[in-house]
Amino acid sequence: MLELRIAGRDFGQPVLGEIFATVERGDRICLLGPSGIGKTTLLNAIAGLDKSIPQEAIIGRDKLRVGYLFQEHRLLPWRTLSANLQLAGATPQEAENHLASVGLKGYGHYLPDQLSLGMARRAALARCLAVKPDLLLLDEPFASLDPVMAGELKVLIAGILDANPGMAMICVTHDGGDAEILANRLWYLDGKPARLQWDDVVGEAGLIDGLLGRLRRLDLADS
Amino acid sequence: MTNLKGHAVTARPPLWSYWVVLPGFVLFWALIAWLIQSPLLPTPLQVLDTVIREATAGDLWHHLGATFGRVAVAFVLAMSLGTVIGVGMGRSATTNALFDPLLVLLLNLPALVTIILMYVWFGLVEVAAIMAVVINKVPNVAVTVREGARSLDYRLEEMASVYEFTRWQRFREVWVPQLFPYLMAATRGGLALIWKIVLVVELLGRSSGVGFQLHLAFQVFDVATILAYSLAFIAVVQLIELTILQPLERRSSRWRQPEAAHA
Repeated sequence: MLELRIAGRDFGQPVLGEIFATVERGDRICLLGPSGIGKTTLLNAIAGLDKSIPQEAIIGRDKLRVGYLFQEHRLLPWRTLSANLQLAGATPQEAENHLASVGLKGYGHYLPDQLSLGMARRAALARCLAVKPDLLLLDEPFASLDPVMAGELKVLIAGILDANPGMAMICVTHDGGDAEILANRLWYLDGKPARLQWDDVVGEAGLIDGLLGRLRRLDLADS
Repeated sequence: MTNLKGHAVTARPPLWSYWVVLPGFVLFWALIAWLIQSPLLPTPLQVLDTVIREATAGDLWHHLGATFGRVAVAFVLAMSLGTVIGVGMGRSATTNALFDPLLVLLLNLPALVTIILMYVWFGLVEVAAIMAVVINKVPNVAVTVREGARSLDYRLEEMASVYEFTRWQRFREVWVPQLFPYLMAATRGGLALIWKIVLVVELLGRSSGVGFQLHLAFQVFDVATILAYSLAFIAVVQLIELTILQPLERRSSRWRQPEAAHA
C-alpha cells in the first residue's frame, strides 16, 4: 500500500541514503537503529513532512490516512482533548469513544497541560485513531515513561493493532524488547548515509530471538 | 507589558495603594493650589466643575467622541496592516528583506514629521490625520508581530499538516493563539501611542477632538479646561483597559492556568 523510493537526503542533518521499501496492510514494523541516525527523519519523510524529499518518493502516501504519534504530544494546549480530536476529524461522540479506548474516559473536557506525560501521550494516540488511520506512525512512544506506564501503553497499542488487522504501523524505537511485543517486521537503519540495513519479516519466535541477538551484538559493538 | 509566555512581568501592586496614593496626590494638589491661589493652578474642585460644565453642555462628549472615533479607525487600520506585514516578515525571508529597511526608517521617523508631511501634502483633512497616525503605528505593530510569527512552533505546524487542518483551522487554531500575546502587546503599546499621536494630530490640524480643545485652552492659558479634558481622557483610556483589554486577556490566557494537575 506504500512504497518508498527515497533517492537520498543530503540537505541538513541527518543524511539519508537511498531507501527502498514497501509497507503492506497489516505490517507492524519496528524501526530500530542508533540514536541520531535519522529514524525520525525517515518517519517525517513517510508522513510527508520533509519538504526536501519529493512527494513522488513516497508512493501511495496521498491515498492513505495517517495517524502520527509524535515524541511530544503536540496537542493544541488551548483546546480540550475532545476539541483536539475533533480537529483531526472525529465527531464529538467519536472523540469520546477514542478517548475511552485509550483509558481516558471522561477526560474530554481536560486541557492537555492538565495531564501527566503518560496520559497526554495516550490522548495523542487517541487523536491518531480519530483519523481512522491506514498507517500509524509512532515515534518512540515509550520514551520517558516509567516501566509500568510504558508497559500499559505497549499493551494498548498491541490491542489497537489486533483490533484493526488492516492497519499498518511503523514504530521508531531504541529498544529491541518493544519489537518483541509489537513487530512482525524489523527495519534496521544505520550507516553513513543511513540506509535500511535489514528489512526482515519476523515469523516465529526463534527468528525474533536471532534478530535481537544480532541487534544486541551491534549495540555492544557500537558502545 | 507581558513577557513571551504572556505572564505579567510586573505584578500589579495591591489595590489599597491606588486608594491611598491617588487621593493623597489630589490632596497635595489641592494644598498647593490653595497656597498659590493662581488661575494657572486651579483646585481639584474647580477642575471637577469644569468637567461637569463641559459634560452638561455636551462639548466634552462631542470632542471625546471625535477623538475616540479617530483612535478607533487608526487602531483598526494600523493593527490589520501591521499584523499582515509582521506575519509576512516573520514567515518569509524575502518579505523581511523588503520591509526591514523601511521599518528602520519609519521607526526612527518622529511622529511630528509624519503629521506635518501628511497635512502639507494632503491638506488639513480627516484622511491625512488618520494616515499620519497609521503610518506612525504600523512599524511598531509589524515588529512586535514579526517576533510572534518567528516564534511560531514548527512542531504544531507539522501536526497541522499531518492532521490535514484547513487553512482557516491552521490560522484560527494554531496561529492566532500563539500570536495572541504579541497581538495583545501590540494592542497595548498601540493604543498608548495612538491616543497620544491623535491628540497632536488634532492640535495641529483638526477642529474637533480633545487635542483641538487643548489647543484652544492653551491659547488662553485655561488650565482648568486643559486638566478637565486630560482627566476625562485618562478615564476613557482606563475604562477601555478595564472593560475590553483585561477581560480579553484573561479570557484568552485561561488555558495557561490549569485548575488541577494530574501528575
